Amino acid sequence: MKPKHIFQAEGIVAGYDDKAVINKISLEIPSNKINVIIGANACGKSTLLKTLARLIKPTSGKITFDGKSISKIPPKQFARFVGLLPQSPIVPEGITVADLVGRGRFPHQSLFSGWTKEDYEAVAEAMEIMNITELANHHIDELSGGQRQRVWIAMALAQQTDILFLDEPTTFLDITYQVEILDLLTDLNQKRGTTIVMVLHDINLSARYADNIFALCEGKLVAEGEPSEVITSSLIKEIFGLDCTVIEDPISGSPSVVPIGRHHVTNGMHSLGNG
Amino acid sequence: MNSSIDSKNNLLKPHIPRHFIAVLVACLVMLVLCIIASLVFGSRAISFNELIAGLFHQNVDSYGANVVRQRVARTVFSLFCGAALGISGALMQAVTRNPIADPSILGVNTGASLFVVGGIAFLNISTATQYIWLALAGAMITAVFVFGIGSMGRGGATPLKLVLAGAATSAALSSLVIAIMIPRSYVMDQFRFWQVGSVGAANWSSITTFIPFLIVGILLGILSIAALNALALGDEVAKGLGVRTGVLRLTAALAAVLLCGATTALAGPIGFVGLLATHVIRLILGPDMRYVVPMSAFAGAIILTISDVCGRVLGSPGELEVGVVTAFIGAPILIIIARKAKVRGL
Repeated sequence: MKPKHIFQAEGIVAGYDDKAVINKISLEIPSNKINVIIGANACGKSTLLKTLARLIKPTSGKITFDGKSISKIPPKQFARFVGLLPQSPIVPEGITVADLVGRGRFPHQSLFSGWTKEDYEAVAEAMEIMNITELANHHIDELSGGQRQRVWIAMALAQQTDILFLDEPTTFLDITYQVEILDLLTDLNQKRGTTIVMVLHDINLSARYADNIFALCEGKLVAEGEPSEVITSSLIKEIFGLDCTVIEDPISGSPSVVPIGRHHVTNGMHSLGNG
Repeated sequence: MNSSIDSKNNLLKPHIPRHFIAVLVACLVMLVLCIIASLVFGSRAISFNELIAGLFHQNVDSYGANVVRQRVARTVFSLFCGAALGISGALMQAVTRNPIADPSILGVNTGASLFVVGGIAFLNISTATQYIWLALAGAMITAVFVFGIGSMGRGGATPLKLVLAGAATSAALSSLVIAIMIPRSYVMDQFRFWQVGSVGAANWSSITTFIPFLIVGILLGILSIAALNALALGDEVAKGLGVRTGVLRLTAALAAVLLCGATTALAGPIGFVGLLATHVIRLILGPDMRYVVPMSAFAGAIILTISDVCGRVLGSPGELEVGVVTAFIGAPILIIIARKAKVRGL
């Protein structure tokens, strides 16, 4: 099991070109849990994730990892504890699956160490977890979208970090692959205790797979907690401006959001939504 | 159980690219062949006996043996320059994540030329060491300038924008070079041979001037290789893996400019070798920089030396400067690559 870590942010403000996208956010990431950041487009989800993962330097506030400011930790050392899969990584032309996954070993290698037994084992293990061992010698160009995403996650797994940040790991994937990816990440969390922090678009999948939800609205953290406590029709109205009713997901028992639009509303729910 | 892990580990050694051994052997064979060709062919053909005498019997003082000895220096120099250009091309392409980054296309060579011409015209420089420092300064300033212009606007330094910035800069600098040269015939004479790009005037002193720059450039390159593999996956992935992307870009770009700047200083602007070498190697071995960089050095050395031999044979009884030959081979290849890059992007 992965050890427990204390990862805290205190009053962080961050953005691009002096424009604050996230404003005074304070939070603690529950260790060894699956955390999902939700919110409308351009509310600062990605910015928050990137700031926590040290890609963006906050203009004020501080982020600490086990009590130590993350800006004081050497980047390679930080990368042995915290991994990141951004939204649109680049696939070098002609790269094979094994080569790409192997590049996740960078923070564990020094200039002259070369490839050690640990490196090969970590890569083999990451590929096995993501079910891509058979694809090892294939070129990435030959793979489907779902397979590619599994390769990228395997690259992040080969990094063998205790905490894993993922920016919309299911975007552009068919629903089948979305569920597949989220199941694999849950396996990872349950079997190894890897802390997962991810941005997801789909509220219902978030509610089903998350242990903890961070809800963002216009750069501020407006709610935090277990999905059953946090996902309510009033919160959805607040962060998305959408009328909805929240029912119990018949499969998982987690909250499930049913939107109310202007059309196709029967059963008198329209007045409920507007009221 | 253990055996299954072992077999899995064996499966996981494709980190050595599929055709690596074959390519290595092929490169070594071609290297030997082009060294022999470079010693034997030229405006005066050399017999086998003369070759042996020139190489191994220092006391033999025939004309043929002396020609061989002069050609040894020329061959060594062209191998070093080719290797430097190959590494430089591989590093520049990795730093910019751009498949057509090459010293000649990005105008870096022209920048080096301008400084050398300026030096000859205004500072009366004439030694190889002075050439090197001026050429390096020119190469570096031009590199920064072109990347600066090419990175402006949306999308950062796209292949198209970099090439346009490079071409525009190159054209502007070339006109400055001409403006300096036209009224000064003495500069013209000194510069004319240098400008085309030639390894023919090489001697042991230019080689010893070149070596320190080659070594520093290679060391900085080696320092960057592993991190460049991470950078290839995008800046965000690289940072997530603990790469200091700014420091890395600076180190690798410095290595690239040192290598191509020193080469340009001593041999003149030789285009396309870095581009060609890196592309051939990547096409066969894939994008792993641990293989691309050293093998591009091999390929660059082979391409430049063969081009030099071709220039000597085709231009006989005189000779065709190697810069002309590489431009002839390189230009069509650049068009093919640029077309492919447009479709695919990087």
